[in-house]
Amino acid sequence: MKRAAAIRWLLIALLVALLELACSLRWIDPTAIIPPSAMLMGAMKIVLIGEWQRAIVETLTTVAIAVALSSAVGLLLGWALTRAPRLRRAVDPLLASWYAIPTFVFYPLFIVLFGLGRWPLVAIGFLFAVVAMTLSTIQGIERVPRTLLRAAQAMRLTRTQTALRVVLPSAAPWLFAGLKLVVAYAFIGVVAGEFILANEGFGHRIAFAYNNFDNRAMYGAILLLLVFVATLNASLAGWEKRLLRRRGLR
Amino acid sequence: MKFDKLLVLAAILGVWQMTSLLVGVEVLTPPLGTFAKIGRLFADPDFGGHVWETTRAFALALVLSLAIGLLVGLALGADRLAAEVGEPMLTAFYAIPKVTLYPVILLFFGLGFAAKVAFGALHGIIPVALFTMAGVRNVKPGWLRAARAMRLTKLQIARSVLLPAALPELVAGLRVGTALTLLGTLIGEMFASQRGLGYLLLQAMERNDPATITALALLLTIFATSASALLLALERRLDHARVVA
Repeated sequence: MKRAAAIRWLLIALLVALLELACSLRWIDPTAIIPPSAMLMGAMKIVLIGEWQRAIVETLTTVAIAVALSSAVGLLLGWALTRAPRLRRAVDPLLASWYAIPTFVFYPLFIVLFGLGRWPLVAIGFLFAVVAMTLSTIQGIERVPRTLLRAAQAMRLTRTQTALRVVLPSAAPWLFAGLKLVVAYAFIGVVAGEFILANEGFGHRIAFAYNNFDNRAMYGAILLLLVFVATLNASLAGWEKRLLRRRGLR
Repeated sequence: MKFDKLLVLAAILGVWQMTSLLVGVEVLTPPLGTFAKIGRLFADPDFGGHVWETTRAFALALVLSLAIGLLVGLALGADRLAAEVGEPMLTAFYAIPKVTLYPVILLFFGLGFAAKVAFGALHGIIPVALFTMAGVRNVKPGWLRAARAMRLTKLQIARSVLLPAALPELVAGLRVGTALTLLGTLIGEMFASQRGLGYLLLQAMERNDPATITALALLLTIFATSASALLLALERRLDHARVVA
């Protein structure tokens, strides 16, 4: 595993170096892509100056609200659907094709419903993320081994005990996978919404820099965002692995 | 079973109608008005051209997503080390808001058809690759050992062991990839295009024309849902066949 990580970092470093070289040798049009060092400078400028602080805080808060809402509602919804198999079969095609629906076309409607500002973006992030959590929860609950449930029955566990001590731990890997997706989708939904339609937030700042041909700020911001989201996801994945190992599952 | 699905459909239409009455018909067009609007859209001679443009871009992007995703997934799935190196990179890329990369795509491919195909494929490749990789890695090691014992070449192993064994996952990847490719193509059309359904959507948004927005959203949803339901049925059948075998 350590070897794989080393190779991965080496590969990334190689790609970055190649891009740097291609840019400084003018193989790539400098108005299209700026060298990674310049991107880094742009990112540093954004972090150090603090001019973007409000936009960053705004976006992170919006994403956090969307994550909290969609993971809670998704968990409940998934659990409810496993309890009602008939309803589940009926809504299955809808859930499965959910991500084909271009959610952000409903943004004008959300503005009327929730007013301008943060809440329509929360709504987009929520709609985007909630189904991922629902599907993961269903999967997790359905794949609890029958023998475990039968054992729980034999030991006369109550429903709550079965849910907390058997179903939840057994479904934990899927729930965690769902949470990872929720974080990713909430970010995608919120930032995409900001990029297209908002007048504040990180996504809006990127679009603004793009429209003003401010390549340094744009690439710097993209770099910051990508690194941040990737780090967040990687730490969630690491946490998941530790949890699994502690249970002796992997 | 059929009856239940009709009930869900009726419930959705009911909620839609109620919401429309609550927030006002001029904000959210009610179901009947939307169907009428769809009829009017298809009567418009320009509309066919926009549909064709989106279909063409989507089809091309889908073919690219499948071909590249399948290749990457097979290559990474066949080798343990390659999978360990590549998977976190793929998932990281999958999890980032790719809209922000749109300016980069534009600067690379220029305005127009190529840019939206590239953007659609960008969304589709990763899920196809991830699902393929998962499918290939779940192939029973015994089968691979048997294949090697029979001295199959790498190509033969891919064709007669890996692909059939991973077929359900491939179809699952195709399903997710189709949905995301459509999404990517539409987003691509919204920014850098003078044609296509995405362009019509953006125009309707700017003109504050909810009837057109709702009509297009419904059309796209129906299309995406049917495609997805078909693939899902196929996936279930394959999964079932595997369990029986």
